[in-house]
Amino acid sequence: MSGLPLATSFLQAPSFLDVLYIIAFALFIQGLRGLSGPTTAVRGNRIAAVGMAIAVMATLLNRNEGNWGLIALGIALGTAVGVPAARQVKMTAMPQMVALFNGVGGGAVFLISWSEFRLTHGYTGTATYITIFSLFAAIVGSVSFWGSNIAFGKLQEIIPGRPISLGSAQQVVNGVLLVLAVAAAVYIATGEHSQGIFIGMLVCAALLGNAVVLPIGGADMPVVISMLNAFTGLSAAATGIALNNPALIVAGMIVGASGSILTNLMAVAMNRSIPAIIAGGFGGGGAVEGASGAGEHVGTVRSTTAADAAIQLAYANRVMIVPGYGMAVAQAQHAVRELTKALEARQVEVGFAIHPVAGRMPGHMNVLLAEADVPYDQLEEMEEANQEFSRTDVSLVIGANDVTNPAAKNTPSSPIYGMPILEVSESHSVIVIKRSMNPGFAGIENELYYEPETTMLFGDAKTAVSEITAELANI
Amino acid sequence: MIVASTLTTNLAILVLAGFIGFVVISKVPNTLHTPLMSGTNAIHGIVLLGGLLIVGLSGNGTFNKVILVIAIAFGTINVVGGFLVTDRMLEMFKTKPKPPPAPAGKGDEDGKGGST
Repeated sequence: MSGLPLATSFLQAPSFLDVLYIIAFALFIQGLRGLSGPTTAVRGNRIAAVGMAIAVMATLLNRNEGNWGLIALGIALGTAVGVPAARQVKMTAMPQMVALFNGVGGGAVFLISWSEFRLTHGYTGTATYITIFSLFAAIVGSVSFWGSNIAFGKLQEIIPGRPISLGSAQQVVNGVLLVLAVAAAVYIATGEHSQGIFIGMLVCAALLGNAVVLPIGGADMPVVISMLNAFTGLSAAATGIALNNPALIVAGMIVGASGSILTNLMAVAMNRSIPAIIAGGFGGGGAVEGASGAGEHVGTVRSTTAADAAIQLAYANRVMIVPGYGMAVAQAQHAVRELTKALEARQVEVGFAIHPVAGRMPGHMNVLLAEADVPYDQLEEMEEANQEFSRTDVSLVIGANDVTNPAAKNTPSSPIYGMPILEVSESHSVIVIKRSMNPGFAGIENELYYEPETTMLFGDAKTAVSEITAELANI
Repeated sequence: MIVASTLTTNLAILVLAGFIGFVVISKVPNTLHTPLMSGTNAIHGIVLLGGLLIVGLSGNGTFNKVILVIAIAFGTINVVGGFLVTDRMLEMFKTKPKPPPAPAGKGDEDGKGGST
């Protein structure tokens, strides 16, 4: 009778559980440190997973823990959905997947706040600061849940990818929704116990989540996803303070930091300011301005054939491939890998120049190429690649447009002026594989296509690349 | 007073974690940003703990039970799905066993070498 209760009480002592939480967040940080390179990344992810297992275990050891049936049910449901989704998702669909996971994270946060509200009968007897953090988590979690679901819908093409907005009224509506949600929160924090107010606050936050993401065009998704990632992180940190749980605080804050860094990075790479993003006035606006400023470019476009392109590539010393989202849409990454193998067999040095916003989320293009077995050391970040274009014989642009447009450097009147680009035109010659002369997402004419060293190979990316590979075999 | 000191301790943790987060995440190369996002998604699944704590403390009433089970399920989707999908992606980035400068060795990372 004496041994077991002693051991149990030791295991359940709050300070022991806190130590477990500290071990857990230390493992999260150590795990993320592993993501600094491809060789340590797999282990880093597993270290973080061990940290999570410890954190969950510590929580289940809590002496007040109960309702085991409900816990088992929740975990079983989550596993039944999460495991097959993670196993089966295609790499091209990764942005949707991340958006959806973001969404359920935000959903969990606002549901937890709601149940806190209900179980304390409207925060009765709760310290004011706990109430405030719980309400903050509820609002941000709800915004994130709905915003992420809309982002998922757009990426999955359930909802049209084009901006859906109220025009100039949009920002006013967003502002009103935000003020209403915050006002409801303040009302609750000052002693209102009515659940109606709380639900009203959740509804305003939900509408706000919709209103912020709906006006955003498909091309701006990398920014949105990063931003929602930051939101869910911050809401988790707030939940952590409300529940006095250090593991939640640290984990949430790290996710918040990660999301913020990525948002900033994407915004810089797309030439948009963070305040404009927060105001919700991006995506739609830029595209329209761009379209009106486009056109009337007089110049000759020279088209080429797969056979000529193959000859050009075969006799190059160094080839740089510039993939864009068009490559992913055409599912051409495996065909591209075949082409690089054929070129390497001819002693041609091949590299991939990857713009930070290539794809639909940060780093998406790299995942697609890694899936097609392109070695990690061939994937070059923008700064690296830009130093190498001058010694590149042929740049092969596949489905990328705006990120190669020299107007971003040379034409101050261009809407994309100032955007960091891949300086493809520095290389000796350029081959662009493109469906047609239609401008890209930003609706801006690409000067690169009219330059004398550039030739265009019109057609579907996958077909065109396969044709070049086939022609290479005949040389 | 006790409440206030819990708050300040937690705020200190929050601020320090923010700084550490910025330092650690800044070191992640662009190439690995997608796995970073899915990995942080998984870590965000720690909100699962919130659901677990509350359901254990006082999960009365059918509606409370329903929303808490959903919250736990959502958190679990994040944790399980996030770590799995990140692992899947990172495995693809692993350099295939053909490093140019090391043609001889057979071990994976045993830097020590065999017999002397």
